[in-house]
Amino acid sequence: MAYFDHAATTPMRAEAVRAMTGQLTVLGNPSSLHASGRRARRVVEESREILAEALGARPSEIVYTAGGTEADNLAVKGVYWARTQDRPARRRILASPVEHHAVLDPILWLVEREGADVEWLDVDADGRVAPEVLRAAIARDPDSVALVSVMWANNEVGTVQPVAELVAVAHEFGVPMHADAVQAVGQIPVDFAASGLDAMTVSGHKLGGPLGCGALVLARHMTPVPVLHGGGQERDVRSGTLDTPSIAAFAAAAEIAVREQPEYAARVGALRDSLVRRVVDEIPDAALNGDPRLDPAYRLPGNAHFSFPGCEGDSLLLLLDARGIECSTGSACSAGVAQPSHVLLAMGADGARARGSLRFSLGHTSTAAEVDELIDAIGPVVSRARMAGLTAQRR
Amino acid sequence: MTDHAATPETPDTPRKLRVLAAMSGGVDSAVAAARAHEAGHEVTGVHLALSQNPQSFRTGARGCCTLEDSRDARRAADVIGIPFYVWDLAERFREDVIEDFFAEYEAGRTPNPCLRCNEKIKFAALLDRALALGFDAVCTGHYAVIVDSPAGRELHRSADHGKDQSYVLGVLDADQLAHALFPLGADTKDAVREEAERRGLAVARKPDSHDICFIADGDTQAFLATRLGKTPGDIVDADGAKIGEHEGAYAYTVGQRKGLRIGTPAADGKPRYVLDISPVTNTVTVGPAEALNVSELTGIRPRWCGEAPTGVLECTAQVRAHGDEYPAVAEIAEDGASVRVRLREPMRGVARGQAVVLYVGTRVVGSATIDATVRAEAGAGAA
Repeated sequence: MAYFDHAATTPMRAEAVRAMTGQLTVLGNPSSLHASGRRARRVVEESREILAEALGARPSEIVYTAGGTEADNLAVKGVYWARTQDRPARRRILASPVEHHAVLDPILWLVEREGADVEWLDVDADGRVAPEVLRAAIARDPDSVALVSVMWANNEVGTVQPVAELVAVAHEFGVPMHADAVQAVGQIPVDFAASGLDAMTVSGHKLGGPLGCGALVLARHMTPVPVLHGGGQERDVRSGTLDTPSIAAFAAAAEIAVREQPEYAARVGALRDSLVRRVVDEIPDAALNGDPRLDPAYRLPGNAHFSFPGCEGDSLLLLLDARGIECSTGSACSAGVAQPSHVLLAMGADGARARGSLRFSLGHTSTAAEVDELIDAIGPVVSRARMAGLTAQRR
Repeated sequence: MTDHAATPETPDTPRKLRVLAAMSGGVDSAVAAARAHEAGHEVTGVHLALSQNPQSFRTGARGCCTLEDSRDARRAADVIGIPFYVWDLAERFREDVIEDFFAEYEAGRTPNPCLRCNEKIKFAALLDRALALGFDAVCTGHYAVIVDSPAGRELHRSADHGKDQSYVLGVLDADQLAHALFPLGADTKDAVREEAERRGLAVARKPDSHDICFIADGDTQAFLATRLGKTPGDIVDADGAKIGEHEGAYAYTVGQRKGLRIGTPAADGKPRYVLDISPVTNTVTVGPAEALNVSELTGIRPRWCGEAPTGVLECTAQVRAHGDEYPAVAEIAEDGASVRVRLREPMRGVARGQAVVLYVGTRVVGSATIDATVRAEAGAGAA
């Protein structure tokens, strides 16, 4: 078996499993005032410190959530509501069109239900937002901008955005900026304080922690309107009993992922480079999507993303799956129907190129043997998928 | 009695096939997939997304391809233990089935979209893709029997006549049949539901789907009106005298009695039926039940489930999915482009556009699209 879907989820690290299982049998609600509560609280706060350290943030800036989607919703909706509450004229949201659905859909919801205006920032052929594009968009009417949201690194094609430069532009106009950094942490250097961001989303299971656990890193001056109301456990902006075992495991995984990031980027980056080279050797017309510079400054070290002309992505996926090779076609809707990737379309790809694409994402357990397995299979799989693609045109 | 171990010269165990099981989310296709899997075939489940705007949930027995159906199919595949995918064939379905449905009604004909779907989607778009991907066969939950005879592969009626679906498969040609698998074959619906229950398939008690899957509320006239609009015209009697008005001739079907909204009763006081629809003059002709009797029909675009017959064929003819079969003599035109079917007893309510499926005993010989009919009593053409 070869697993090339680490961007969907990656195996939990042994240290995280240990941290989690160690807490599962221990009693205590971190909000309780007695000894059991204090014990659980201590684990939660120690984890907060570890996470803050790993992410270049202050402990008080970590707001625990039940995953990346919740953190994105809190950032987008919460910040929008807070900003329009201050000044009703602030209705513009500026975002990249290559965002994950966890950012796209809250924005579209605000447009549909709350009267927000969205402006999608143009991206280049690699899916990158240029700082001048953001500047021009804000400058048209700075007082009307509620927030900017541009992801740190793209989940489909791995393009790294110039986050610090974009933040600098937003801050020139006094506009807060959020970045979804779910794909970036542990892959490339991520430092919240140095970036200047006002809010940043991170997720546990993308870096070797547990599913269903994440955080919004939220600068101290930010007071988003809550999405979840209740006990107000997290700075009064997020409610819900804290999940001590998951939080402990999340912190353990993040600590290792960040500490090992330089070594990881070198090792996994080299595997990815060989995968890209050998896939193109086997399939000369395979087109690499995203930034062709295979350098962590521009592209996530674990990401390879191709379009195979004449193929449907879901044919390729089925054929590889049958051979024990797991990868992804990109975004899937709730019915499991593969839609042409909105990311590739925004990058200027046509529908056929978007539909005929596959993402191979490597991670901390990836091996050269897995790459060999893929290379052995890819030639016959693409020929078969091409035959199937031809039948689609036949009547 | 000798006790030596018999070595089978010709193993009776069927070849292990790579099978693509079309799974609608209903009980039949789930049990069919389970049986194919149990028979030792290598089965992969596929749910066809055929609707461009799927509804979240099914309402009653109508509609299909909702997200709930997709989830039901996925759960069934989980329980059976086979891989499962969703393939989006909505665009092909729209072009080949829904557009054809509108065009046929607009031309005054009455199409059967289920046959069309089997011919163009399940055993064409899906089968072609499956074969190209390395599969050997497509498996569905249709109630029909495949018999491999020395003369070749044959399609037969299911033993359960109440559930028999050979009619909607009458469009399959020899190539398509060669790659078809109908594991429910001769079983009864009750037995299939019981088996689903026994296998732990949650769809065991899911209601059967009826009507046309892409018309969720079952209102065909309203659906047609969304595209074809309102085109008022006259309802006339057999003599051509105007006796009422309609809002679009396309919305009527030969043999239809309800919904004519004719104010004045017939002179003889008997109910009136649609006898003919003329899209050119946008008129609907009505008359008494006797005038519906047809003694002969002509089918075009014949499709044969095996070797094409020639000359004259003693057979039975069926023109509706669950209609009766009528003894008939079929005469295949020399150029093979049409077939004339003379009925030994009159048949009622035959509409152009319907498929006539021909049987010899339980065997399906083939089908054709009805293009013209001859009335029984006077021999007046109603084409």
